[in-house]
Amino acid sequence: MGVRDWLNERLRYEAAQAFLEKKAVPVHRYAVTYYTGGVTLFFFVVQVLTGLLLLMYYRPASDAAFESVRLIIAKVRFGWLVRNIHVWSANAMVGAAVLHLAATFFSRAYRKPRELTWVSGVLLLGVTLAFAFTGYLLPWNTLAYFATKVGTEIAGDVPVIGRALMVLLRGGEDITAATLIRFFGIHVAILPALATVLLGLHLTLVQIHGMSRPISVRVRGEERFYPEFMLRDFIVWVVLLGGLAVVATLWPWPLGEKADPLAPAPAGLRPEWYFLFMYQTLRMIPGRIAGLEGEAVGVTLFALTGLALLLVPFLDCWAQREHKHPLFPALGAAAFAFVLLMTALALVAGM
Amino acid sequence: MRPGALLRVLLVATAGLGIWAGWALLPGSSVQAAQTADSCTNCHQNLAGKLAAPAEGMSEDVHGRAELRCAGCHGGDPARSGMDAHDPAAGFRGVPQRRQVPQQCARCHEDPTFMRRFNPSLPTDQFARYLTSEHGKHLAAGDGNVAVCTSCHGVHPVRAVSDARSPVFPTNVPSTCARCHADVALMKPYGIPTSQFAEYRESVHGQALLRRGNRQSPACNDCHGNHGAAPPGVESVANVCAQCHRATRDLFVRSPHKRAFDTLGMAECTVCHGTHNISFPTDVMLGQEQGSVCLRCHPGGTAGLRAAAEMRATLEEVKAAIAQAEAILKRAAGAGMDVGDARIDLDEATSQLIRARAVTHTTSPPEVRRVTAVGLTAAGRARAVGEAALAEMGFRRRGLGVSVAIIAFVAILLWLKLRELKHTPASR
Repeated sequence: MGVRDWLNERLRYEAAQAFLEKKAVPVHRYAVTYYTGGVTLFFFVVQVLTGLLLLMYYRPASDAAFESVRLIIAKVRFGWLVRNIHVWSANAMVGAAVLHLAATFFSRAYRKPRELTWVSGVLLLGVTLAFAFTGYLLPWNTLAYFATKVGTEIAGDVPVIGRALMVLLRGGEDITAATLIRFFGIHVAILPALATVLLGLHLTLVQIHGMSRPISVRVRGEERFYPEFMLRDFIVWVVLLGGLAVVATLWPWPLGEKADPLAPAPAGLRPEWYFLFMYQTLRMIPGRIAGLEGEAVGVTLFALTGLALLLVPFLDCWAQREHKHPLFPALGAAAFAFVLLMTALALVAGM
Repeated sequence: MRPGALLRVLLVATAGLGIWAGWALLPGSSVQAAQTADSCTNCHQNLAGKLAAPAEGMSEDVHGRAELRCAGCHGGDPARSGMDAHDPAAGFRGVPQRRQVPQQCARCHEDPTFMRRFNPSLPTDQFARYLTSEHGKHLAAGDGNVAVCTSCHGVHPVRAVSDARSPVFPTNVPSTCARCHADVALMKPYGIPTSQFAEYRESVHGQALLRRGNRQSPACNDCHGNHGAAPPGVESVANVCAQCHRATRDLFVRSPHKRAFDTLGMAECTVCHGTHNISFPTDVMLGQEQGSVCLRCHPGGTAGLRAAAEMRATLEEVKAAIAQAEAILKRAAGAGMDVGDARIDLDEATSQLIRARAVTHTTSPPEVRRVTAVGLTAAGRARAVGEAALAEMGFRRRGLGVSVAIIAFVAILLWLKLRELKHTPASR
């Protein structure tokens, strides 16, 4: 008995191979959007691998975190590369997840029977943003410190539970060493566990239901998921790996100055690009709206929008009947335009 | 009225009386003020013009707050009202004559026992020092134009020196002195120049004190003395400067200049740096080029000038090494390399350069070189860190080139495989 047969007898991988070979991917003019999920998954894998390497040197203490990241960048062999790839890939992963969500939304791929695939996907986007938010503080530099202060203050604006939520996030009234340890725990234990469960569910559902065909788009034919589609996916991954290597080498992510809680907040302080629209909206919102605190109203509206996004498959009753109604794409386009406008305004204000 | 209602009225009235009494007995309340108010203030505040001014100013006068009120200086009996208070029998002296002011102030200010009751930290030798000052000497000689206590400290109100509105608050001292010393007509009889304030204002000290509000920087009194104000004189100038520039003074004393200046009767520091117009010292002051102060005494080709040129060259060597290291570190940092540790070496090199500049006061090139050698070594270390970072950057870019080539090769192989699959019947 050869090694292949020995392994197959135990792992039954030929059954999986046969399943994948049987699985078909529709070919049409928008088929390129099928790669957005794979791209997001690629960045996630990169994050896990580089994160594990960083974990070997990173120390989650307010008097050692910044120094340990400096050590990784300056002294650990290829530490600079691992850290830069981790940061760039984190940003790219947020971008890819948003792109994947947009592709799924506008092709109405959330319709029956893929409602739970959508729900798990939106939750995964939330987990991705939580990864980004908690990871941002870990180098314990000035920008991260004050951006986290502003970010957790926004959480404090949530009606009724805001203050408790802020104290829970910070591990106290202020951003302290307790916050750093808490964020580290969330970043390397809680979120990975959640992501594993959600990603497992998401990928299983994708395999069960296969790729969705957009409503009334002419499908030119099919191709096998394995090996053709997977190979093409893999080529994209390899090219992205090259791209990550280029940006990580030529544009190293600056570490900045160590956080000083007693120092005044630096001028032009603003959150990372993916939270800019929220930050700008809360800045522009009036102080009082109908007798209520403006920021609380804004945060509530964002929370309700998030909930609506989660429930899109159940709200779009036309899509459930395989009908194309322009309302949801119009709402989606308006939301994207709003996000782009607010981000642009925040960038212009910060110049 | 029912007994209950009567009792409530009595209780409210008693409580009200109690509160009023408590308030009235509080320090600073108007009731207490009325008890301590003297008839001088009561009358003068109702008078017009200059007769009212003293009463108005007294509320901010340091003496008024210490309850040394009008009668403390002017005598009289403030317990009596109207002109009765001006009774000479009660010690009324009226407005003191200008030349009497120092003795008048000294009555209290030179009495340590008396002063201890109000401000024990205040010196009590002001009058004794004043008598040694040029102002005091001229006053004793019958010159009524010279400054007396009130000329500088003001009158009605006399403010504490720590009060920023006081004419003798550090940042106000130069303009206070200039009121007389920049007055050409007033200074003419004494043959004193009047350009000091204009020069001081543009000097390194004046800019620090007057423009940047740095109270560490000296005002007139820090060099000339306060109450004992006098020109330092040739023999004392270096001591005056050494109050702040102690280390430089010690270096200068070791130099051949010390003996030469003493022999020639030259006032040490001021020979090169000036007096009121001391400008920020630059390296151009040293050496044999135009702008060098050495050229004022040392003719070209002499040993002194050669030593100056040598010291200047040594300084320039460190400056160039620091500039080079800085440029390399800036390039490396700009490319995202971490060169933070080199900053410590660069700071060390800069501090050695500053030290070397001070050591030039020894006029000894070997001594200057000993210091600059440490700076050069530190700058060299910083430069080495920068060069290593640039080399590492080159290595990274070469590595990136190789990696991208391998990645591209793998991508092409995968693409070829895909093409091959497309041509197999199963994929169609």
